[in-house]
Order: sequence, then structure tokens, then C-alpha cells
Amino acid sequence: MKRIRVIPILLLAQSGMVKTERFAKPRYLGDPINAVKIFNEKRADELVLLDIEATAKGRIEFDWISDIVSEAFMPIGYGGGIASVEQAAELFKRGVEKIVVNTAAVENPNLISEIAARYGNQAVVASIDVKKNFWKKNRVYTRGGRKEAAADPVTLARACRDAGAGEIILTSIDREGTFGGYDTALLETVASAVDIPVVANGGAGSVDDFKRAVTDGKCSAVAASSMFVFAKKGEGMLISYPSESELQEQFWLRL
Amino acid sequence: MITIIDYGLGNLGSIKNMLVRSGIKCTISGDPDVIRSASRLILPGVGHFKYAMDTLHERGLVTVIQQRVREANVPLLGICLGGQLIGRHSEEGDVAGLGLVPMDVVAFDRARLMQGEKVPHMGWTVTPHSDIPLFASVQQPARYYYVHSFHFRCDDPHDEIAWAEHGYRFASGVRHGNVLGVQFHPEKSHVYGQQLLRNFAAMDFGA
Repeated sequence: MKRIRVIPILLLAQSGMVKTERFAKPRYLGDPINAVKIFNEKRADELVLLDIEATAKGRIEFDWISDIVSEAFMPIGYGGGIASVEQAAELFKRGVEKIVVNTAAVENPNLISEIAARYGNQAVVASIDVKKNFWKKNRVYTRGGRKEAAADPVTLARACRDAGAGEIILTSIDREGTFGGYDTALLETVASAVDIPVVANGGAGSVDDFKRAVTDGKCSAVAASSMFVFAKKGEGMLISYPSESELQEQFWLRL
Repeated sequence: MITIIDYGLGNLGSIKNMLVRSGIKCTISGDPDVIRSASRLILPGVGHFKYAMDTLHERGLVTVIQQRVREANVPLLGICLGGQLIGRHSEEGDVAGLGLVPMDVVAFDRARLMQGEKVPHMGWTVTPHSDIPLFASVQQPARYYYVHSFHFRCDDPHDEIAWAEHGYRFASGVRHGNVLGVQFHPEKSHVYGQQLLRNFAAMDFGA
């Protein structure tokens, strides 16, 4: 049985944790430290923290990240506002394992190379956000889904890989927060085009969706957000993470 | 007191976090005098083997570590790249390591990986281990978090204490006398890693 990583992504904003739908309508969910403690108890594989205000505000909340990370005894990725290798160094020192770059992957690809050269490829994750345009073509967006980039997803994924990224988180903006399942066609297009792990994100509503991200989407790992913080779509907050036996029976053993 | 060796590479904060959480006294230092006075050493490391060895040489730490481990029998645990550095040689940068354990560090043989298996080997892997005090009371099945593109290759299979499978089975834990090395990250492996670090702190290595 192959274990596929299942990664909760926590969105940070408004000095707390929030959850968006299609990158809009952030809903405030309280203190991320409580959520991290629960994911720790449930022995989650890995966590990714994304500060969705950092790029716009031009700052990284280092002390806050330290507080959150000190509760996490699993690998932690952080993304949001990273524009220099010095900022990456500061994050590593505070207990972050992986630096997630999104806007910088497009605007300053050298940053990926610089971080990878010093800390290794495994320490840099390129996060690529994709939205379909009017003609149903997949387009890359940066700056929290607000700015369209010139490159298409496959070209950008290959460029990030060549620059030294060790992993790609591929998010469908159209599916994010919808519980409607991943865009497996998009996942497959990118995962088949690069030889580094691609992490599926955007739209997961069930463990069955995880399976499809691997079998149809050819992804190496799966991420989700809403599914881990809400009981169901439109319902109240409930931090959850599938149990080991649930993942085995409904996911890993069915691959 | 455990000293976590600081040479500018590796996730020192995470290791300290886990030790403190486990009630184990530790300090982070790159000062040769502090390292000389430590009763136990942890050698962390994330990144490139050659860069790490160059840095250890520049900071005058290679001979300090070798002396303490070989002559004073101070127990040392190498983690991830730190586990590789205790070997004789690595294919990553084609350079000599600390030479504390008779093993080499080799790249994953991509020809032996199955379809869909990528390098680096990244993620949680169930890790069978030998019945030694380092793994005492670790919950079963023990699983640990791995991120690596190179792995140990021991001269003597008796030095192997843990194994993982990625395309093929490889040694992911080694012990040679008072020197231990693990390829995975106990500091990022929940209760499994916490117990391992507790065991390292309490283990009796004899005279």
C-alpha cells in the first residue's frame, strides 16, 4: 500500500484563520493555533499555511508564524509575501520546512533558484493558481487570484521545476471552496508534464475525491481546506481529518 | 544536556521544539567549546552534502565532532542530511563525510523506481526497525516523514537498524557503536518521532 500525503491548507487573514470560496468571501474562523493543535492530535501528514493578505500588505508575520509552528509536529509549508531569500531563511529558522511561492514564481523566478540552491529543492514549493477564462482556457493567476499571468499552467509548472522547485501545489480557483471535486483534467495536464510531485488542491469534498486526484489527476499528494474546517458545505466550522483506517480503506487501498 | 549542532543548515527550531515538548534539556550551538562539553549530540541538516561538509570544515567542527564521538564516546544522532554526513562519502558532490559509520551515501537508483514514484522520496513511510532501545515503546506500525534524494548504503548489514521502501528497500536507520543516523525527520513525525528522541536522550550507550 502506497501512502499518499493528505495535506490541510489553512488560510490566514484578519489575524486569524479564514476560509474562502473561489478565492473570495473570506469567512473568519478563529485562532489557527487551535486548528493546528487538532491536526496535530489527529496526526495529519503535513500542513500548509497561506497568508492570503501578506503579498498585498507587503509583510510577513514572523512571530505569529513561530507561534503556530511551535504547535506542529509535522512538516509545515508557509506561503504569503515571500520576496527574498532572507525572508525564507528567517522562516526556516522559525521551524518552517517548505517555502511556498506563488506571486514570486511568476514575477521573480530567481527566488526559487536562490532558495533551492541554499536549502535544496525539497524546500521550495511552487503554488500555481488556475482559473478558466471566458473561452474555457486554463489561465494562471497571481496576487491572490487577481492578476492574470502570461504563462499557461504547464509552461509555468515546467519553468518552476527547472528553476528548482521540488513540488507544485496546483489549485483550481473555480473549484476552491465548492466541495465539488478537483478539476482532474487540469491536474492530469500538469502532473503529466513535470517529474516533480504535484499536489492537488481546490474542490475536494470527500475522500473519494482524493482517490480521483491520484487515479485520474496523476497527482502525488492531495490538499484540501474547506473539507477539513467545515462539517459540510454551508454548515458550521468543524476541524476534522480522516482517520488512518478511513484513508486506508477509502483511499490508499483503492488506488 | 543534548547539544544540537548549529552550522547554519537544518531545521534547528523544529528539533528543539520537539525536545522541549518532550521535557528534554537541550541547547543549540555552533561553538566548538559548547559542543565539546555536550553529553549527547544531535547533528541536523537539510540541503546539499558538499555544502554541509564545507561549512562544517570552515567552522572547525569536523575534528571537534570526530574527537568527541571517537575518543570520548559521546553519543551522536544524525538526522536526515546529518544522518548522511556521518558516513564515509556521498555521491552528492562526490565528497568525504565525517567517516563515523562505515557506509556511503548514494543517489536513488531511478531505474528501480516504479511508475509514478518520484525523487525526492517525500512523505510518510512505514518504517520497520530492529528491536533496539532507540525504538523502544514506539507505536506500531511506526511511520516517519522522509524527504531525500540520496540514501545510506552500509558496508555491514548489522549496522542497519531501520528500513523503508521507495522503489526498493533501503536502510533508513544506522547504528555503529555510539553513532546513530536516521534518514527521516523524527522532529516532524508526531508521536513516533517524539518517542525516538526521548529514547535517544535516555539510552544507555555503555562505557
